[in-house]
Parts: sequence; C-alpha cells; structure tokens
Amino acid sequence: MIEAPAQFASLIDFEQFAQTLRRRGDKTTKSIMVCVGTGCTAKGSRRLYELFCEAVSQSGQDIEVEAKSVGCHGLCGCSPVVVIEPDGIFYRYVEEPDVAEIFRETVLGGRLVERLLYEDSRTGKKAEKVDDIPFYNVQQRIVLANNGRIDPTEVSDYIAVGGYSALAKVLSSMTPDEVISEVEAAGLRGRGGGGFPTGRKWRTCREAEGYPKYVVCNGDEGDPGAYMDRSIMEGNPHSVIEGMLIGAYAIGSDQGYIYVRNEYPLAVECLRTAMSQAREMGLLGQSILGSSFSFDIRINRGGGAFVCGESTALCASLEGRAGEPRAKYIHTVESGLWGKPTNLNNVETWANVPHIINRGGKWFAGIGTAKSKGTKVFSLVGKIVNSGLVEVPMGITLRQIIYDIGGGIRDGKQFKAVQTGGPSGGCISAEHLDARVDFEELTKLGSMMGSGGMIVMDEDTCMVNVAKYFTDFLQKESCGKCTACREGLAQMLHILDRITKGQGEIGDVEDLEDLAALLDGTALCALGKTAANPVLSTIRYFRDEYDAHILDRHCPAKECRGLFAYEIDPEACKACGICLKNCPVGAITGEKKVPHVIDQDKCTRCGICWEKCPFTAVVKV
Amino acid sequence: MSQDSSSIEQIIDRYDSDVGMLIPMMQDLQAECGYLPADSLRDLAQRLGIPVSRLYAVATFYASFRLAPKGAHEVSLCMGTVCYLKGAGSISEAICREFRVTAGGTTPDRVFSFSTVNCVGACALAPVMVVDGQYHGTITVESALDILHKLSPAQEAARNTTREAAT
Repeated sequence: MIEAPAQFASLIDFEQFAQTLRRRGDKTTKSIMVCVGTGCTAKGSRRLYELFCEAVSQSGQDIEVEAKSVGCHGLCGCSPVVVIEPDGIFYRYVEEPDVAEIFRETVLGGRLVERLLYEDSRTGKKAEKVDDIPFYNVQQRIVLANNGRIDPTEVSDYIAVGGYSALAKVLSSMTPDEVISEVEAAGLRGRGGGGFPTGRKWRTCREAEGYPKYVVCNGDEGDPGAYMDRSIMEGNPHSVIEGMLIGAYAIGSDQGYIYVRNEYPLAVECLRTAMSQAREMGLLGQSILGSSFSFDIRINRGGGAFVCGESTALCASLEGRAGEPRAKYIHTVESGLWGKPTNLNNVETWANVPHIINRGGKWFAGIGTAKSKGTKVFSLVGKIVNSGLVEVPMGITLRQIIYDIGGGIRDGKQFKAVQTGGPSGGCISAEHLDARVDFEELTKLGSMMGSGGMIVMDEDTCMVNVAKYFTDFLQKESCGKCTACREGLAQMLHILDRITKGQGEIGDVEDLEDLAALLDGTALCALGKTAANPVLSTIRYFRDEYDAHILDRHCPAKECRGLFAYEIDPEACKACGICLKNCPVGAITGEKKVPHVIDQDKCTRCGICWEKCPFTAVVKV
Repeated sequence: MSQDSSSIEQIIDRYDSDVGMLIPMMQDLQAECGYLPADSLRDLAQRLGIPVSRLYAVATFYASFRLAPKGAHEVSLCMGTVCYLKGAGSISEAICREFRVTAGGTTPDRVFSFSTVNCVGACALAPVMVVDGQYHGTITVESALDILHKLSPAQEAARNTTREAAT
C-alpha cells in the first residue's frame, strides 16, 4: 500500500501520487476481483472475498497477488462473479468450495477451472475471458468501464485508473466557460429520462441570478426494474463525486447534494466512504487541490416516494417537506432548492462528465446518433437469458441488445414485448425490434428512454396485466396534488381491473384513451403527464389482447385468473392425489392409479392444483 | 421519556437543528425506535419550532415511515416489474394468507413486519425478498413461506408436529 499524502496541497502533489500509483499497478501480477454488488452479495460473495483474502495471505508465493472487492460486473444473472486479472478470466456461479481450487489452479497454476466458465446457452461454447463473452463484447463501456475493476472503498484505486485527473485538468487549465463549452460540444443529454442537453442546463444555471447555487445528484432511481444508478454509486462512487465537482466548478456552486433512494443502503454506504476519503485527501471541501475552488456534498436518503425523482419534488424533499412537484414555468436552474439556482442531474449523467473532460467533447460526440450522443446504460432484465447491466452506444438496435447481448428469451419462449422507460414508458412490440435506441426513436414508438430500464416480456406475459401493474404502481405513487392524476389513475385502474377479471365492457378501451388524454393535458408534472403511457402503448400494439379479454373473456397469455381453465394432462398425471386433497371446492375426482380429472363446472380456477402439482401435470388452457 | 428526549436532542444536534434535514432526522428516529412514536414526534416538532402536522405530513407521505411498532423481523417483498412478472404477486398473496398479515402490517404474533416495496434493484435475482437486510433471490411461493416460517422456531416446530400427526 502506498501512503497517500495527508492532503493534496497542490496539483503537483496529486499528479505525483497518481503517477506512483500507476507505476505500482504494473507490478501486481494477479488480481482476484470479487463482485460485491447487491446481486452478488445476495448470493454470498462477501464470504468468497474473505476466503480469497485468506488464501492470498496464506500463500507464500513470490508473485504479487491481491484479492479485491469490486463493484458490479454487470452480468448479474451469473452471480456470484469472480474475475482474475490481468488475463480477464471470468468465473460464474462461484461457491465457497470453489475458492481453493480457483486459487490453486488459476491464480497460482495459470490453468482454467472449466466448469466455472461462462457457457453460451445457444452454441454451448465456453468463454475463457470476459472479452469472449457475447454479453460483453457487443457493449461499449465508458461509464461502467471501471466498475468491476476498482475497489469502490479505495480512493487510490480510482486515482490509479485516471480518477480525479479530469478535476485536476479543469482546475489547472480550464475556465468554467470552457468546461461548459466542452460539455455542450459533447452533446451530452440528461440520462435520468428527460434527455435535456446537460451543457445548456449548466449554462443557464451559471448565468442565473442568485447565491448560493446548488448542484444536485439525483440518485432516486425509482423505476421498478432499473438499477443502473445503484451500480454506479456502489461500484464507482468517486466518478459521480468527480462529475459533480466539475459541474460545481463550471456553474459556480459550493454546495452539492446527493439524493439516494431509501432502498439502496449499500449505495449510501459506498458514497459516504468515498466522500470522507475525498475530503481527507483534499479533493472535496475547502480549497480543493490547493486552488481557490471549494465544494462539499451532503447525502440525503429518500423516504420511499417515486415522485421524488421529479426535480421539483426532489427539491421539496431535500427541504424536508412532502415531495409534491410544482409547476415548472420557472425552472429549477433559476429557482430550485430554497429558491436558489439549482442544477440537477442524474447519477449516470454526472459519471459521464469526467470522461468528456479527459477525452474531449469531440470524442464523445463521435459516439451515437445525430441527436443522442455517447452511450447509455440499460438494466436488461425480465424473461431474458443474460440479465444484467449493459452499456451500449446510442443507436444500437433493440434486437442487438436483446439477442446479441441478452442472449434471447429464456426457456425457448417467444419474445412478446420490451418495456422501456419505467412506469412512464411503454411496451414495444416485436415488429419494432430493429428500431434504433435513442431519445427520439423511442419516443416515436410511444415509449421513452427514461432512466434505462429494459424489461423483456415473453409470450406468458399478459399485456393488459402489465398495463394494470404500472397503473397500480403510479396510482399508489401519485402525490395527489392534481385531480386528473389522483382520480384519473384510480379510474383507469378500476377499468383495467375489471378487464382482467373478465368483466370488461365494450367501450372500456375508448374510456381508457379518453382518460389518458385528460391526464396528458392537465397533470402538472412529468409523472402525471406520462402516466398513461403503459396503457396507451399496450393498446397501440396489443389491442387484440384487450379485445380477447373483453369480448371472449379469455386471457391469451393465460395469466389473468379466471380467464383461462386448468386441465390435468392424463399422460403426466401420476394420480398422487395432492391436487385432489388441496382443491378447496372438491372439483377434482380420481382414484389411485387413475389420472385425475377437473370438473370444469365446479372449478373456481383458483390455481391451487397448478401450484401444488409436483409433476406439472396441471396445465393452463 | 427523559431518555427518549435526550436521544432526540442528539438527533437534532447531528443535523445542526436544520429543519431542511427533517427527513434524515425522522429516519434516524425511526432507526432508533423501530417506528415513529407519537410522543417523540411531538417532542421533535416542539424543539424544531414547527407544527407537528408537518411531521405527520412527511411521515404519511413517504412509504418508509411507520407510525406503529414493527415485528421482530423485517420482511420486504420486491414488487418491481421484473419480480412481478416472475410471480411476486402470488408470493405476496400466499404470505398474506399464510401468516394472516397485510402488506404494510405486522403478523398477529409480531414475529415480522411485512411490506411490499417498489424495486430493490436486484432484478437479476427476481423475485427477491429481503429479510432483515439479507437478500433472498429467485424465490418461489414455497421457498418464501419456508424462509418466513424459520423466523419463528416455535411456530415451525408446532407446524411440524401437526404435519406429522396428519400423515
């Protein structure tokens, strides 16, 4: 371990330390990277890390080996993940008994442990290295590049991979105006959902009258099915802090806030550790790196309200009030937190900033499409083979993401839809799989970029039920300020609930569309205005499913209880009697060695027999 | 009460009596007591010089605050989109039925408090249930009930005897 100077008094101090770290990095021959993100931790990776540390300390070998606890590698569907660097050997589903073998064979012996390698489910081919895995080699990792490479609790790790060099560059050779111009040239747009040009936001905030000015990092990642920001905060917290420092310098702010969801305790812990380290080193606080620039950050934990991801509601929450949005005829950049100019950006947006400063706006603008630049991190989840976090250049097609990276649909099922943009987004059907992913294109398809959730649905997913799920979510999360949102969503949910129970009526779909138009026209905030998107997009692409529920009283995906029947497959039935015993209405008859039968007239379609059958002989028809 | 008020004083000091930090203060209070006791809220409001109604506005607006004591264990079932698609809805129903509890409530024997949360961000492990901070991934109705039955050893033992008696 190289002793860091107590505090960097000047830029030269910092540069010297960074250089020493980089030289030292070359010497370590092997590093064992154990992922300790939330996904892998849930499968016991902290214990794996301890075991590897023990193995390292007990081995008397001459080669320099280190075990590292690192942030999320992205392929969470394979957790726990262990990567051996510098060769990039990727092991998945690692368990405690595997540790000794990995250490003996791979780390010391340089041999592979075949059974732990990633196997392509389509070709059956094993991948030795990270780069051989299709999940990774289609991606272009910028924001996530160092996730899985550095220990988030060690600031020196971040500095060794070039961390805080963008801050040093800004403080030594750029004026605030030049910083903003660089971000404008990059064409960076807000990654939280709206896609507003970041440079323009910064400039307006810089030019706004009022003091003090605040910068805020929105880590209230509320979209269900999305966890990009969580992984960045957990895996590379310093990149967010560095981005905020650069933004604060450009805007002229000396106080920042990071607002983190209540459900992300590990992210809060990682950010706290990172901030205190940065403060100790003089990278945060008074006279940063010996310059005249001072800036500090405070962390606030959210209270568990989805609407607080909206900028004005977030400001209200930071002020210690209930998070109700206000009309935005005056933008937060002019009057935000405590009525002062406030620049709010999402976690991923901030994490992009150091890269833009280091490599130039032109480089960044070279990636992506005409109006959407750079990369976007998506959380690719649902009924897909490779669940995880992916970072792709803007303009890639949905098909490439879902099939090339995601490996297609699980269990050989058919793709039905992909839901993007969280509860305010929409479902996109199979015919649009070749659409390019950028801000405009997704909006055109009736969905949106949102913060980057990408939930894949297969043939077993009922689209009316999906619409009901999101409407239920939004109705619960509506703050209640606007009538259209408070009452309209409740009414929409009521109609959807009827439809999924087989009580739909002709004209329901038209009523839903009317209510949706009302919401769009009269709700105050983005949550309300876009709340009907899940309903509208499912009607647009899956009208036939709505009709089947309403006209035929049938759920084509066989998900809505009561809108399909259960039958016992006589071939598979072992006549064990479990279904018969458990049926609450006595609808099942049968004897020993005789396949059982469900009396459809008595059956209430509760599904208990289907749940209880150990031979999956009960089928939905 | 006196011990209580000294801890409230500590919480207020921690945030320099800044009313803007009301939510973190209430989070700390809840972390200490397990819920937000009415007396403590009144005390906190008085010391901060703000009406107690404002504290209730905050406490009832945000999902993470609770005004009633909780059970010995804390169980959160993720109802995020992916978990829902993979069956979290029926798991929730089964838990409510089996333990006579409603989402947001506590079991009659106070063994655990049960809440459904929007998304814990562990979508690759869906469906996910968090028990006392520990994540359980890819759960099923059966495994979820199993995990929860183990929270109360006495209950589990009693169940086993009835099961044996039945067979």
